[in-house]
Amino acid sequence: MAYLDHAATTPMLPEAVREMTAQLPLAGNASSLHSAGRRARRAVEESRERLAAALGARPSEVVFTAGGTEADNLAVKGLYWSRRAADPARRKLLVSPVEHHAVLDAAHWLADHEGAEIVWIEVDGHGRVRPEALRAAVEHADPREIALITAMWANNEIGTLLPVPRLAAVAAEFDIPLHSDAIQAVGQVEVGFDHPGLAAMTVSGHKIGGPYGVGALLLGRDQTPEPLLHGGGQERDVRSGTLDVPAIAAFAVAAELAAERRGEFAARVAGLRDELVTAVRTAVPDAVLGGDPDPAGRLPANAHFSFPGCEGDSLLLLLDAQGIQASTGSACTAGVAQPSHVVLATGADPTLARGTLRFSLGHTSTAEDVTEVAKVIGPAVERARTAGLS
Amino acid sequence: MTDSTVPPGRLRVLAAMSGGVDSAVAAARATEAGHEVTGVHLALSANPKSFRTGARGCCTIEDSRDARRAADVLGIPFYVWDMAERFREDVVEDFVAEYEAGRTPNPCLRCNEKIKFAALLDKALALGFDAVCTGHYATVVTGEDGARELHRASDMAKDQSYVLGVLDERQLAHAMFPLGDTLTTKEEIRAEAEQRGLAVAKKPDSHDICFIADGDTQGFLARRLGVAEGDILDEDGNRVGGHEGAYGFTVGQRKGLRIGHPAADGKPRYVLDISPVENTVTVGPREALDVVGLTAISPRWCGTPPQGPGTYTAQLRAHGGETTVTAELVAERLEVDFTEPVRGVAPGQAIVLYDGTRVVGSATIARTRRPERVGG
Repeated sequence: MAYLDHAATTPMLPEAVREMTAQLPLAGNASSLHSAGRRARRAVEESRERLAAALGARPSEVVFTAGGTEADNLAVKGLYWSRRAADPARRKLLVSPVEHHAVLDAAHWLADHEGAEIVWIEVDGHGRVRPEALRAAVEHADPREIALITAMWANNEIGTLLPVPRLAAVAAEFDIPLHSDAIQAVGQVEVGFDHPGLAAMTVSGHKIGGPYGVGALLLGRDQTPEPLLHGGGQERDVRSGTLDVPAIAAFAVAAELAAERRGEFAARVAGLRDELVTAVRTAVPDAVLGGDPDPAGRLPANAHFSFPGCEGDSLLLLLDAQGIQASTGSACTAGVAQPSHVVLATGADPTLARGTLRFSLGHTSTAEDVTEVAKVIGPAVERARTAGLS
Repeated sequence: MTDSTVPPGRLRVLAAMSGGVDSAVAAARATEAGHEVTGVHLALSANPKSFRTGARGCCTIEDSRDARRAADVLGIPFYVWDMAERFREDVVEDFVAEYEAGRTPNPCLRCNEKIKFAALLDKALALGFDAVCTGHYATVVTGEDGARELHRASDMAKDQSYVLGVLDERQLAHAMFPLGDTLTTKEEIRAEAEQRGLAVAKKPDSHDICFIADGDTQGFLARRLGVAEGDILDEDGNRVGGHEGAYGFTVGQRKGLRIGHPAADGKPRYVLDISPVENTVTVGPREALDVVGLTAISPRWCGTPPQGPGTYTAQLRAHGGETTVTAELVAERLEVDFTEPVRGVAPGQAIVLYDGTRVVGSATIARTRRPERVGG
């Protein structure tokens, strides 16, 4: 068995499991005033401080959510609503076309229901937004009419890194908030919230060795998004709901370890990734590496390929039968793999976009995983080609 | 995948799972028989994002989820394959074109011929599978000469060999129907599903055409083909009523003719003929539906085509009875004579020939022959 789908979810770190299991039996609502509540509150606030420290943020900038999707929705919808309320002319959303569906679909929903206008920011052939492209898009759209800019830190499919601090600087010049989904980047590359212009940043627990169902939106203190959830007024009145103390505590532990171990982890998985890329290219010489070929421009744990003449789901089935667990990287509609919008955005041929495969490494990956892929990828691609693009 | 890793008798089976109870139990039985089973749900609708209420079908997101859940319970891998484009071209468009030409197609048969045992089977074989398994009630046996034969299901009441009559020997060689030898009622299949922990045990049966969500075939055809007003004529060519599209009728149909005044004899009238070129529908008394023979085209044989005339039993529509015929292949056309006159034979439907329980072959009905009418 080779689990090479860490970008989908990665096993919890033992330290995070320990923290979570220690918290689970303890009673206490972090909003209660009695001693049990105070204990819970303390655990949450300590976690907030740890998470903030790991991500270059202030504790007051951490808004805990029930995961990355919620944080993305809160940023995109919440900031659109509050910015438009302050000035009705602000109806434009500047969106990179390689965003995760949690951002894309939130933007589409605003366009369909709330009068928003989506303006796509141009990306290059690696799926990267250049600061010049952002500047051109802002100027062309008219900065006064822009509610929000959103550009992810690292792409979840092809692994390309976006220069978020430089994009944030452009946004700051025009005084427009920038949101960045940094879910895939944390623990692999240097990620920090302390950049002028960066108004909101999404992080998630289960992609970094923390639990499922917890995430956070780092939110500048001057940002007051309209809440998605109304209720008890927790989390700066931006995100109501009883705080999930065990998940938050374990998330903070995972985030702290991700920051602490980043250098060593990135070097190790980059080494494995390079071996994997070499192995695949040796077995399948016409495989096309997705994203930035420069290792400095991509996530160290990501290897993304397009295999001409193959359907991604055929490859997935064949590899699964051999114990290799990977992903096509793209989203599904009713379980049907769609050509990846990310690969299409890089200008690739639509037929090529159907034959994609993403291998993503993580803290449990080993050299044996790479060896297993090297063994089976050639025959699997050959067989998938026979099955063709029916 | 190398074939050397497959132990003898243990096959790599791709189970087509619609999300219904039959295909789930079929996959369960194939798994239990020791085969290495992988489940696949075919996404056949161009817009699978909708939940369907009321009439059941086979291509909604809910069905996909039910199929996945059944595969999870069986502990087998499960995938969804998008065959919507092929299905639209080979089944839906064919369905519309056939009605437009005044014929009455059977889309399930076309789906088996072009999708399940063609597009799906070809992809399965290319990916290293040995067989495709479905929840059809029919039996495949190996004959004395080693050839694969398709037979009626053990339970004649549930037999679905008619819609599989289009399969040739190669397709049959890779077909697996684990429900075919079942002498059990549908209730017992449901009980078996329940006992296996399959949540689809209580799911209603699908009866309707899966790509017509609301079950309204006439409405579907009207949307596709538009309104084309024309005349309803009696056997002598007199106008007795009007219609909004000749495609909306089937030979043998009695209801929905909306003829203003009754026939001279006061008896109900039936659709005798549809003429798409003149856009007319001819009606007449029940007796006039009698046919004594037919010509069928595009024959497909489960094995060697028969030489010379032969006597067979024939089935002329799904869930139809058997009738005795003599049939002969003449220049790729099947000429059929009925021993006794048969009523309500609709061009476009398939005629499936049987030798006992064995399916010999099938062809698409092109023309019917009426008896010489005394004084007519």
